[in-house]
Amino acid sequence: MVSTRSKVLWSVVGWLVVIVFFFPVLWMWLEGLKTEPQAASSPPTIFFVPTLAEFQEVLSGDFPPFFINSAIASIGSTLLVLILGLPAAYALAIRPVKRTRDVLFFFISTRFLPFAASLVPLYLLARDLKLLDNIFALVLIYTTINLPLGVWLLRSFLLEIPNDLFEAARVDGAGFRHEILRIVVPLIAPGLAATSLICLIFSWNEFFYAVNFTSSVAATAPIFLVGFISGRGLFYAKLAAAATLASLPVLLAGWIAQKQLIRGLTMGAVK
Amino acid sequence: MNSTGRSILPVVGNGGAREPTAASVARRDAWLRRLPLLPAFLYVVLVTQVPFVLTIYYSLFSWNLLKPGSFKFSGLDNYTRLVTDESLRTALVNTVVLTVSVIAISVVLGLAVASLLNSEVFGKGLMRTLMIAPFLIMPTAGALIWKDTLLNPLFGLLPNLLTPFGLGRVDWVNRFPMAMVVVVEVWRWTPFMMLIILAGLQSQNPEILEAARVDGANALQAFRRITLPLVRPFIELGALLGSLFVVQTFDSIYMLTYGGPGEDTTNLPFLLYIVAFQGFSIGQASAIGVVAVIITTVVATFALRTLFSIFQVEARR
Repeated sequence: MVSTRSKVLWSVVGWLVVIVFFFPVLWMWLEGLKTEPQAASSPPTIFFVPTLAEFQEVLSGDFPPFFINSAIASIGSTLLVLILGLPAAYALAIRPVKRTRDVLFFFISTRFLPFAASLVPLYLLARDLKLLDNIFALVLIYTTINLPLGVWLLRSFLLEIPNDLFEAARVDGAGFRHEILRIVVPLIAPGLAATSLICLIFSWNEFFYAVNFTSSVAATAPIFLVGFISGRGLFYAKLAAAATLASLPVLLAGWIAQKQLIRGLTMGAVK
Repeated sequence: MNSTGRSILPVVGNGGAREPTAASVARRDAWLRRLPLLPAFLYVVLVTQVPFVLTIYYSLFSWNLLKPGSFKFSGLDNYTRLVTDESLRTALVNTVVLTVSVIAISVVLGLAVASLLNSEVFGKGLMRTLMIAPFLIMPTAGALIWKDTLLNPLFGLLPNLLTPFGLGRVDWVNRFPMAMVVVVEVWRWTPFMMLIILAGLQSQNPEILEAARVDGANALQAFRRITLPLVRPFIELGALLGSLFVVQTFDSIYMLTYGGPGEDTTNLPFLLYIVAFQGFSIGQASAIGVVAVIITTVVATFALRTLFSIFQVEARR
């Protein structure tokens, strides 16, 4: 049996490691709660009266449009992934088509195709269609990024539904649409939630396409942070407040749905 | 079957008024099965495969967007230039160095943290919750926090903490650019590895470990002989999925070093960004794209094989 002493020892070691990893996040929060002079002091200010001034500053300034663009791109693409992915997952799980394995393989291979593969033509196409700096372009691109994951994940959830249920519905003469709406959707609600979570994480945090396909009107939250890289001098508190706000939706979603996270990240392979 | 299909495909495989033959029914059924798949399939083909074919096509042309009328066929020139180009070689080496070190370090750390979280410790749930935060934080935000508030030589926390040890005022990002990119990426990917490996550890039957201990195996032996073989597929899965993401690292390089100093931290995605969006050399960027695809395909093939073998293990349960 494990002795109390070793439990204490390993707890101390474990907590030290966890604190090291969590510290940058904590520091980000603390810096955001400081005033600018406190945030840029040397040596660093440890004791201070927290203020929300910088958060208010960020929220009342030019940040909200970036945040809203991120929300549109993430939610829009997630909905598209569910609309396109659920029927596909159905065709790969419940009434499998021939060569299901090849189709699955094809889908996932596109997820890991480097963006280098299609970047230039997509950019030229977006330019010619006047979709540069248009949030709609990001919605479509994020759908592409997340669709393969979505199909795999939804399939892994569909596979858990007993086939008898579908057989019963079919014998009753339930139509295809009926089958989907009445049986599949309620049973895979957790699957839909997990898939949405993963899609949200990847699209909310996405940077490469955002930085190359948008400039001002459609720029998303990570682009707002780019403005802090240089030339802004000592705006550490504001920077930290903005970074905190930009990270908040995904951090909260990931923490709330920890159980789904691992399954989503491994495309359903690890439950 | 008829009732299933009526609403969607009224006349597929039904030759006029004749009774449907067995073959046409089967064909119709096959199409009905494929139908739900088509929208997603067509979408993916349209947005990934067609552009890739175009990328190959463009890679055979000399074309700069900043020079109107510069579009002309140049055969394999873009590729021969890549072979002799220092930049590509540097970027390839940097990509390999970054990917291999980030994955190796974060797998080892992830295994260690997962083992800690799988043993008897206080506050497991909270530890896990805090531990996954670095993975969830927006990468651009994380890199910015590291660069400006932790590593900045004047105001950063680390140089200030290290001053008593004679290491104050070290400009970490400029002096050790690649190492700092690795640090930030390891910080981000260790939680990912930890999650996957922890799932593996938790799938192990504690009675077997207990039995091994009764038989006289010490903790290290039990770990090496029993635990490690069991979590090995999980480690492989984490490493391979992780490397597919880390190969594409762009955010933290953009925020921390912008590929520099010089080309010290320019990896393949960053080189592509520079060539395509700073130089607007469409042909050259396309050639880089084709090379990147070939390299990634090799890695991805291994990753997918692992993924399928784990699926089969799951199915056998």
